[in-house]
Amino acid sequence: MSAPIISFKDFSFQYHSQSEPTLRHINLDIYPGEKVLIAGPSGCGKSTLGRCLNGLIPQSFPGKLTGSVTVAGTEMRASSIFDRSLAVGTVLQDPDSQFVGLTVAEDVAFSLENDQQPQAAMKAATAKWARTLDLTELLSHRPQELSGGQKQRVAMAGVLIDNSKILLFDEPLASLDPASGKASMALVEQLTRSDNLTVIIIEHRIEDVLQQPIDRLVVMQDGQIVANDRPETILRQSLLAQLGLREPLYLSALKFAGVPLDSCRHLDRLPELTVPNLTAQLQRWTNGVQLKQPVRHDEALLTIEHLQFGYDPDRPIINDLSVTLNRGEMISLVGQNGTGKSTLNNLITGFLTPQAGTMRFNGHPLAGQSVKERADQIGYILQDPNQMLSKTMIFDEVAAGLVLRGVDEVTIEQRVNRVLKVCGLYEFRHWPTAALSFGQKKRVTIAAILVMQPAMLILDEPTAGQDLKHYTEMMRFLTQLNREQQITIMLITHDMHLMLEYTDRTIVLGNGGILMDAAPADVLTNATIIEQASLAKTSLYQLAEAHHIDPTEFVAKFVQTDREARKCNTNS
Amino acid sequence: MQHQLLIGYDDRHTFLNRLSGSTKLLCFVGLSIIGMMTYDTRYLLAIMALSLVVFRFSKIKYRDVSFVLSVIVGFSVLNLVMVYVFAPHYGVSIYGTEHLLLGTSDHYFNLTVEQLFYEFNLLLKYTFAVPLALIFLMTTNPSEFAASLNKIGISYRISYSVAIALRYIPDVQADYRTISLAQQARGFEMSKKAHLLTRVRGGLQILLPLIFSSLDRIETISQAMELRRFGKGKKRSWYMAQRFKRNDYLALAIVAVLILIGIALFKVNGGRFWNPFKA
Repeated sequence: MSAPIISFKDFSFQYHSQSEPTLRHINLDIYPGEKVLIAGPSGCGKSTLGRCLNGLIPQSFPGKLTGSVTVAGTEMRASSIFDRSLAVGTVLQDPDSQFVGLTVAEDVAFSLENDQQPQAAMKAATAKWARTLDLTELLSHRPQELSGGQKQRVAMAGVLIDNSKILLFDEPLASLDPASGKASMALVEQLTRSDNLTVIIIEHRIEDVLQQPIDRLVVMQDGQIVANDRPETILRQSLLAQLGLREPLYLSALKFAGVPLDSCRHLDRLPELTVPNLTAQLQRWTNGVQLKQPVRHDEALLTIEHLQFGYDPDRPIINDLSVTLNRGEMISLVGQNGTGKSTLNNLITGFLTPQAGTMRFNGHPLAGQSVKERADQIGYILQDPNQMLSKTMIFDEVAAGLVLRGVDEVTIEQRVNRVLKVCGLYEFRHWPTAALSFGQKKRVTIAAILVMQPAMLILDEPTAGQDLKHYTEMMRFLTQLNREQQITIMLITHDMHLMLEYTDRTIVLGNGGILMDAAPADVLTNATIIEQASLAKTSLYQLAEAHHIDPTEFVAKFVQTDREARKCNTNS
Repeated sequence: MQHQLLIGYDDRHTFLNRLSGSTKLLCFVGLSIIGMMTYDTRYLLAIMALSLVVFRFSKIKYRDVSFVLSVIVGFSVLNLVMVYVFAPHYGVSIYGTEHLLLGTSDHYFNLTVEQLFYEFNLLLKYTFAVPLALIFLMTTNPSEFAASLNKIGISYRISYSVAIALRYIPDVQADYRTISLAQQARGFEMSKKAHLLTRVRGGLQILLPLIFSSLDRIETISQAMELRRFGKGKKRSWYMAQRFKRNDYLALAIVAVLILIGIALFKVNGGRFWNPFKA
């Protein structure tokens, strides 16, 4: 085997601002042409590891280094971030924030401009990479006009133009819908092979990355590497679940069906998975599970009839939309970006006025009610809690809505304290909001809405950017609110796990109306809808299809078994 | 068009669009400086006429700029009135003669032809550069701004911050809208129904999260730029920079001649003022 292109030797790193080292005694060799996935829960140090590779450490994030990191033959202390960027191309998590040019062409050429290349050379290189990444038509477009997937392709072109042989992706799937995520992983695979690249992907969504072959899976925890092997070996040992990471759905299904993992070959690649008698085993399991009747919710809470809206009335975004949301339901709202999910919310919350149609909440028409009046009954929670927090102290933040409504101080104190207890934030009530983690901030924003005692909550991507532990905590909390207080919860999401595991009803928006309104298992096994809503086939669907089982039934039974298993875990 | 930014750039397919941004910036800056220095009415009138003719060629529609123009006219009038209020005899002291139109020499607020003439010159100076500025802003591709600034000698780091600002204005606007909606939902009344003071206070509630999210943006963007070697060299090249063509040299030559004429007039007039009152 040739010499490693990246080599960590007993490497530790501590940020100046931290009291503990973030990376501890890392030993890791990566060889030319390898495709490595680095996974681990938030705070495990995987992003820090990435920063050591691309030179942001120590240049932008100074700290204490021990041991050594060698990248493409150069020790990290001996090369500047600029030298390093020629060896390692980095695609950051949020393609939007990585986009520096006013147009696609300028962004792609950005690093060449900094190298003072002549214009002709820049134009030629830009044209070449635009062709490779299918961006030629978009060269004169501005970032605001691109989809998430297109922005990521621009970011990739912008680093590939340097001809770096190492490509580093920091959570490339975080801001993409499932369909774009899948396309993006396929593109990375193609480039890895055609340009002979070494690729390092930092991501906690293991299943989505494994849609394409991965040579090695490195799992980190508390600043250390706890597993470093072929993905198949790690999956077979069921290490992921133990380490607080999400297992691929098909793997859970195999376990539910009692398939011995030792008998499986190609466990990391579903299309090539071979297990003796798998079809019989899966069918036996499916036949053995009885689907229970779902809990029925039939007390209408929000009734929308013939809703119509468009900024330009000739081009309606919402076109004759009718739907009824019932009390106590847990709903997921899905659909491609730009199909009017936020428009629908803005109509419900009163920021926009419909051109036709009626909305009734709890029997009362919404039309005459102001934004503030509607907010007393329908709470809307943004994806990014930092966009909602406006006070420095937690108590004040949660109390703000009541203060503005002129509620007396004693009542405010009682209600705020009660809500803080429900949200598990009571001990923090005198803390500044800035001291909280992302997940805790999110809870504060939910508390600030709950204190107004709404009957319905709308949450935009409530679990985005959170690892399995925080995700589970957040969803357990929301499920509890939903069950115990009968609050109707609508989640706007692209996350198919979230839809399957936690919601009972999925509404698919598209073409101004509702494309489908059914159980998540039905939606996620409908090929046409999957395509129209930028979703992707889950591995469960593929597994069922390959083994002649009705996918909808299989997925529904999986979801039921999974929820029961989770309930047992919570109770114990 | 893709470039519907604040300033309303549009490719109007005129020769002005085809001039390089640097040429237009140099011409604008050069003429502005000489125009600000001179008080030669004939010269100012000539440049004013020239800039109006060029403006006509630029095919910029009046309604696209009517708002900016009304603001500029408003401020100019206010300024002229204030000049008269504070120094009603300044024209007399410049031109050395006194031709009374209203009042007598003893009155503080009298009106002389000299004062009117002086203020007319001021008006010309305020307005002659406006068509030029509009031409520069509305016929130059925003992508070319940074390159043009850099070319006339401003450091590329500062020049690029202009480009970054243009890049992020729409994003910050979107952030502002989102935050504003979220705050309104919590009961901050921001509509016209609310008292002005309440609205101002509501605005501040939005500002805090907006500043934090913008700071986050800046941090990420500066990392992204470093990772692609921004700041490595003393210079950088520009993808969108336009090479000087024949017309660019021609335009620069014409403007240079105009500036030279302006300077020559200083000599002829024996100073910055042209005095028609001198016999």
